Amino acid sequence: MIELRGITKRFGAHTVLDALELGFASGAVTAVLGPNGAGKTTLLKSVLGLVRPDSGSVRIDGAPTDDAGVYRHRIGYMPQLPNFPPHMTGRELAAMLDDLRDFDGPADEELVDAFGLRTELDRPFRTLSGGTRQKVNAALAFRYRTPVLILDEPTAGLDPLASLALKDKVRKSRDEGRTVLVTSHNLGDLEAIADAVVFLHEGRVRFEGSLTELLARTGRASLEQAIATLMRGPAGAADADGSARLPRPHPHMEVVR
Amino acid sequence: MRTVYKVLTHQLRDLSRSRAIGGYAACLLLATWGLVHFGGGTERALPSLATLVVLIVPLVSLLVTTSFVYHGGDFIELLLSHPIGRRPLFAGIYTGLTLPLAGAFLLGVLLPITVGGGLASHGREVALLALAGTLLTTVFTSLGLLVSLRVVEPARGMGLALLIWLVLAVLYDGAVLLAAYRWASHPLETPMLVAMAFNPVDLARVLVIMALDASAMMGYTGAVFQDFFGGATGVATAVTCLTLWTAVPALLALHTFRRKDF
Repeated sequence: MIELRGITKRFGAHTVLDALELGFASGAVTAVLGPNGAGKTTLLKSVLGLVRPDSGSVRIDGAPTDDAGVYRHRIGYMPQLPNFPPHMTGRELAAMLDDLRDFDGPADEELVDAFGLRTELDRPFRTLSGGTRQKVNAALAFRYRTPVLILDEPTAGLDPLASLALKDKVRKSRDEGRTVLVTSHNLGDLEAIADAVVFLHEGRVRFEGSLTELLARTGRASLEQAIATLMRGPAGAADADGSARLPRPHPHMEVVR
Repeated sequence: MRTVYKVLTHQLRDLSRSRAIGGYAACLLLATWGLVHFGGGTERALPSLATLVVLIVPLVSLLVTTSFVYHGGDFIELLLSHPIGRRPLFAGIYTGLTLPLAGAFLLGVLLPITVGGGLASHGREVALLALAGTLLTTVFTSLGLLVSLRVVEPARGMGLALLIWLVLAVLYDGAVLLAAYRWASHPLETPMLVAMAFNPVDLARVLVIMALDASAMMGYTGAVFQDFFGGATGVATAVTCLTLWTAVPALLALHTFRRKDF
């Protein structure tokens, strides 16, 4: 369970996140969506402590985040750009992260096998293609069996088979009771895995609810159409009664109070 | 401390494969060997070597450090997404940069001198040259980290780093000389000493001048500093000032790093 209480973040005069109150429940995949610059990545990075909010707090399973970053033992993160040190191999990087995390296993290497990465892990990153680096990126995020997973554009650059394997892994993690936050511009992929949707616009939550609820409220048949409706603004079907513009807990979520 | 050590060892392993550090050591080695071999021995090579060191060491330290931060920003972000505090990570990065840079400098300068027998005959002078180069490495690593953490855009950051080098290593002494010429009829010792404390390159020059008695070759401010202090007091003062030049930018860089958004 992740709770965000009054998270505000400004970059200069621009308010990227505006007093966000959100809860992400365990055992659910939540898609964080919004137009470019809506604050999706800033929101994910605020949970990770990579971005320092100007005000508000983040709690993971009831415990506040700390400066020493100990709470990040509970988080697996897949960043958007897998820019690893070019001289290092995947195996060396995994060993380094194991060391830094005081991790003595057993590691989750299901994705390593699913992606056929065993031999690639012994090659320096500079010799790997972008897609293979992204596979290593995904495998590292799941490696530590963390209760929270944060995935930023996880399927970007992956071939269809790898994308399917990753989505299967996300669903499996959800079924194991983990909290999964994911953002992506590939709405088809998100529709296949998301239980819940948070739609951000201009730093505020415009919709928070289950995928089914979103489709019902917008009267659309697909996530892509529903999001397009939300992005068109006040004239959209979702805003007919104004309800979709308010943060609403969905059935899988506990309300943060 | 355990986290600092872990970050440091991993960074040392990675940087040991870097061509920049290896190339730096090789260039210094070649230059020192050339100066000692063709310049008529260690004693005659030391003034030229000192001039080379106070120009090259700041430049390479700034470039390697800013390049590391700008090219490795995503990797720093990846590390910070794991359970590592920002303070130990910064300490690991800082020491992981200064140790290979200082090691490359010491190897490149000391090896040819030692092989040529200069260490035995001019131990004190060589030791002060090594100390000056090592302190310049720590100072300009601090300045490089401060610039690259505060300036987000790589082109502007690298440009600012080069400007800092140009001002401190080249233009500053010229400005001091011009000022001395302009106010030649006034007592200038105290203003010159204050001016020197504001330039780590001049402070490093002084360390070497103390040993070489070559103040006339090493800039006007260096000559003033030698006359005023001389001996151990001058060395201690220069080392203290250089330590402050290392610590203050490093602490400011740490302050920035702890609050920076990645």
